[in-house]
Amino acid sequence: MVNEVCFRTLHCDRPWRLETYQSEGGYEALKMILAEKTPQEDIIEMVKQSGLRGRGGAGFPTGLKWGFINRTAPGEKYVVVNSDEGEPGTFKDRDILRYNPHALIEGILICGYAIGAATGYNYIRGEFWEPYERFEEAVTEAREAGLLGDNILDSGFGFQIHTHLGSGAYICGEETALLESLEGKKGQPRFKPPFPAMFGLYGRPTVINNTETLASVPDIVRRGADWFREIGVPNSGGPKLFSVSGNVVRPGNYEVPMGIPFAELLEMAGGMREGKRCKAVIPGGSSVPVLPGEIMMDVTMDYESIEKVGSMLGSGAVIVMDDSNCMVKVLERIAYFYYEESCGQCTPCREGTGWMYRVIHRIENGTGRQEDLDLLDDVAKKIMGRTICALGDAAAMPVASFIQHFRDEFQYHIDHKKCMV
Amino acid sequence: MVTIEVDGQEITAVSGQMLIEATDAAGINVPRFCYHKHLTVVANCRMCLVEVEKAPKPLPACATPVSEGMKVFTRSPMAREAQKGTMEFLLINHPLDCPICDQGGECELQDVAMGYGSDVSRFSERKRVVRDEDIGTLIATDMTRCIHCTRCVRFGGEIAGLRELGATGRGEHMRIGVYIENSVVSELSGNVIDLCPVGALTAKPSRYQARAWEMAEYEGIAPHDGLGSNIHIHVRRNQIIRVVPRENEALNQTWISDRDRFGYQGLYSEDRLQQPMLRENGSLKVVDWQQALQATARLLKETLPQRIGALVSPSATLEEQFLTAQLIRGLGCQNIDHRLRQVDFRGDAADPRLPWLGQGVTDLAGNRATLLVGSWLRKDQPMLNHRVRQSVSEGGLVMAINPVAYAFNYDLEVDVVCAPSSMINELAGVAAALGADTLGITVVPDQAHQAIADALSAATQGTVLLGTVAIMHPDFSILRALAAGIAAKAGVSWGVVGSGSNDTGAWMVGAVPHRIAGGGTAEPGGMHFGAMLAEPRDLYFTVGFDPEMDTADPAATTAALGAAQLIGLGSYLTPWLEQHADILLPIGAFAETAGTLVNLEGTAQVFQGVTAPPGEARPGWKVLRVLGNLVDLPGFDQVDAAQVRDQALAACAGLAPDNTLGTSSDCAPLTAPGDWERIGGVPMYAVDGQVRRAKALQETPDAWGAVARLNTQAAAALGLEPNSAVRVTQGTGSAEFALRIDDRVPDGCVWLPIAVPGTQALGPGFGPITVNKV
Repeated sequence: MVNEVCFRTLHCDRPWRLETYQSEGGYEALKMILAEKTPQEDIIEMVKQSGLRGRGGAGFPTGLKWGFINRTAPGEKYVVVNSDEGEPGTFKDRDILRYNPHALIEGILICGYAIGAATGYNYIRGEFWEPYERFEEAVTEAREAGLLGDNILDSGFGFQIHTHLGSGAYICGEETALLESLEGKKGQPRFKPPFPAMFGLYGRPTVINNTETLASVPDIVRRGADWFREIGVPNSGGPKLFSVSGNVVRPGNYEVPMGIPFAELLEMAGGMREGKRCKAVIPGGSSVPVLPGEIMMDVTMDYESIEKVGSMLGSGAVIVMDDSNCMVKVLERIAYFYYEESCGQCTPCREGTGWMYRVIHRIENGTGRQEDLDLLDDVAKKIMGRTICALGDAAAMPVASFIQHFRDEFQYHIDHKKCMV
Repeated sequence: MVTIEVDGQEITAVSGQMLIEATDAAGINVPRFCYHKHLTVVANCRMCLVEVEKAPKPLPACATPVSEGMKVFTRSPMAREAQKGTMEFLLINHPLDCPICDQGGECELQDVAMGYGSDVSRFSERKRVVRDEDIGTLIATDMTRCIHCTRCVRFGGEIAGLRELGATGRGEHMRIGVYIENSVVSELSGNVIDLCPVGALTAKPSRYQARAWEMAEYEGIAPHDGLGSNIHIHVRRNQIIRVVPRENEALNQTWISDRDRFGYQGLYSEDRLQQPMLRENGSLKVVDWQQALQATARLLKETLPQRIGALVSPSATLEEQFLTAQLIRGLGCQNIDHRLRQVDFRGDAADPRLPWLGQGVTDLAGNRATLLVGSWLRKDQPMLNHRVRQSVSEGGLVMAINPVAYAFNYDLEVDVVCAPSSMINELAGVAAALGADTLGITVVPDQAHQAIADALSAATQGTVLLGTVAIMHPDFSILRALAAGIAAKAGVSWGVVGSGSNDTGAWMVGAVPHRIAGGGTAEPGGMHFGAMLAEPRDLYFTVGFDPEMDTADPAATTAALGAAQLIGLGSYLTPWLEQHADILLPIGAFAETAGTLVNLEGTAQVFQGVTAPPGEARPGWKVLRVLGNLVDLPGFDQVDAAQVRDQALAACAGLAPDNTLGTSSDCAPLTAPGDWERIGGVPMYAVDGQVRRAKALQETPDAWGAVARLNTQAAAALGLEPNSAVRVTQGTGSAEFALRIDDRVPDGCVWLPIAVPGTQALGPGFGPITVNKV
């Protein structure tokens, strides 16, 4: 069960082409819906039954999200794709855009049909020039084939997709900051509620989903909710793309069933480089708590299992580190990232991220003080849960977890003014 | 209504209201920085975090709607811990040098830090330093102190309608600034000073002048427009240090215009008239009050009443206007007028009983359609314009017929820009489109006229407002009759928005030749301002204005007043007065006298004197009262301003604002297209002597200077180079002005306001002129 959904075309020559996608059953789901005039609520129900959860990191049930839209409300509704893949360690959406853009287009169309929208936007990370062009090509192909545009396949259903390239801000991956940015404003998260389902793009009801989430939808419709759900484990339906990086032999994207043991995933990636010990793993992108390698070896890759050991599945970015890594230095780099990427709106995040980075930087450079570890813990605690969006939490969680699991390394830095690695 | 429990206390709140609104109403203090009741909620400062039962995390009170039975704890350990955490973050990068900060002592951050801060900082890194930008002469910046609450940013977009300040950069690098280096030019910009919770934005003119605790705070009424914004005057040792808004939801809400905020500076100009002066052997000499008053009384008594002309400023207090009218009428003279900016008096017989705005101030915000005729409302009446802007954000339409494409801070649905001589035709076009009386003007309505007519008739509530340009127009009476007809036909209200702060009061107390106090008809009537100039009087008695600057036709005014005997009650000594006045009596200006101003909606607002007038100057009402005694008139025995006011208001009992217009007999337009037409008007920072002397305001881009504006084609037709000079000749007067190319000006027109330097020798604001290359 590898590369079954989002990467289904990957084994083909030129997998991004329309004919390749169609040869693998592509657009059949859309054609079926349009031919049978499937009721909207049936599609939403199907997505609910599939157990599909948001693949961007938060893991919110997708069908539920679609169900929040008031389909009978007059006026525009929108589908927005979050392809602003900025989470350090994550590179799965990039490859969907590059190798299977039509799955995403079909997913957008099905979503649009299900919620009664006629316009979709794909917000692509600013650095993704090649994926952007690939996706645009696919949009053109679909439009020329009559699969996109006005009156698709003579069904009376019309839908337009616009592609937007971001400008390099991590925060614009936060869904409401993305909407602000798409509207031409400064990318800053909105206070919620109201949620985008009520007040989204241009104040209209909006479904905003991650690229992988929407690209999974066609197969759910075509092969059934049960088929999809049964690939995974309870509460974690379907396969998931894991971006494995770090000190492994074959870093890359692996689409495998949810619930696969971490050890097995590591093996698929060729195991640890030079046979070294797996010291630590960040299992879901830089924003989630780090876990020591020995804990990870007993964990399966699904939402609940990882939560049980104190971390999160996040976006599925698995960063594997061997014992040549200094955890203080790793944390310094991560803290620097959040310091640079905080939007500056909320006080705790704006001020706290810089504070934490500076203290860690000091420890790394041999001028740390004994009280710094408690200070870091306390500052992280004061950011956690006190901000409008999750970036504050994302900045705080690594700090707290690195100190929790690798306190001795920090202590060594403070005591000996140098690294133990 | 819902009932919630806050800190064990049950309070009721409006359903859907934010928690902080409910706690504020109940007098429960929740600390905050970004929240302001007139701005959108952004919930970014995180200072107002409180504990709400069943919520796992502390919630911002400013963005949490109340719900029935909600239990809130603003001082629980969870809430305190969150509030203290935010305070620690706010302080780590904030300079802790309050002793040298201008905000020290009245700083929200300082105050809240007293309750939620710690006395020792755990932050030992370097603090952030932010480069300052020069954003003009009104607002001083010290951006290192900024705590990024974004109140100033939201104010720009939501209230001023001009996004001048913005947040650039992310995270710790986020800074508030103007992005492209230019000054902040909104006429409401000073409000960001009050909004700023720290010392990042402070008032430049009063910076480092006084500490908050050294100043006494007095209530006052702003005297520079027809709204009468409520203000607080901050005084130290008999000197006004600054002016800030005083909240009045019905008028100015929590804002004031820059003119009202910084106009006080004009009180401290060097040319204040401080001593009574009397002309002896051809030159003005300082004399004592007794001499001056006796000379004045003698002159008044000696002059044949019909040969006297009395002119009183529309911005003088109700008491001054009332006593002037009583004095002049007591002498047997009816020649009194306050309409100093008006040239067309043909409508006098049709004048309404008490002209006013036609609506309450707050009603302006509820209008679905507003037609501005000859009005740059944004600059003339900034706070009234704010209400109109509110109507636009609620979907109302605003249309204009103006001689210049004036810039507004909202979009105009229809903007008819035409030469002044065409304005009556344009307005008649709207009347024709509505089927209202066009007063004999033949016009075929075009698309714009129809659009205006449709919008007005479709509006459930609307208005037609005539501005200062219309008032100064040679065919004001026709514009007014057309406007009234349009309003009646479309079922909307109408009003005249003059530039004085007490126009309404002057009408009430009979400071017009054809009305006595209380609005009754004067029998016999006297001469209006225009007639007093056309048939010069022997003696002019003027109160509170500058004949060269505050009148519609400076050339005619100075000619008539200069040739006659002139008694001037005023606050400033100009070179012209020095040459031409015979007696000058120094009176206290704004805040130096008690008084009353009646605003455009008819609300009489009383204020007290808060500083002593300079030198020998005395409150105007006292001077007038003594004059009444000296000319042996009854009814001049008041002991304080309150008694004068009581008598004035008693005389007006039963007089209610009423715009009902009579029929004009003369409706023949006087304007005809000339080779070149002048577009007058009064720049916002030239409306009165005090504002013209307010240094900081005069250094802003809104100060006009000796400048004439022509459009590109007009300048080219005259062979004028950009930034060269032009000579403007009007009647017998002529003066040179710097040329500015401005394509908002229609062809064949020169935008050259009155009351700006160099225009003293010229004639009325509107009319034919000649323009030459220098």
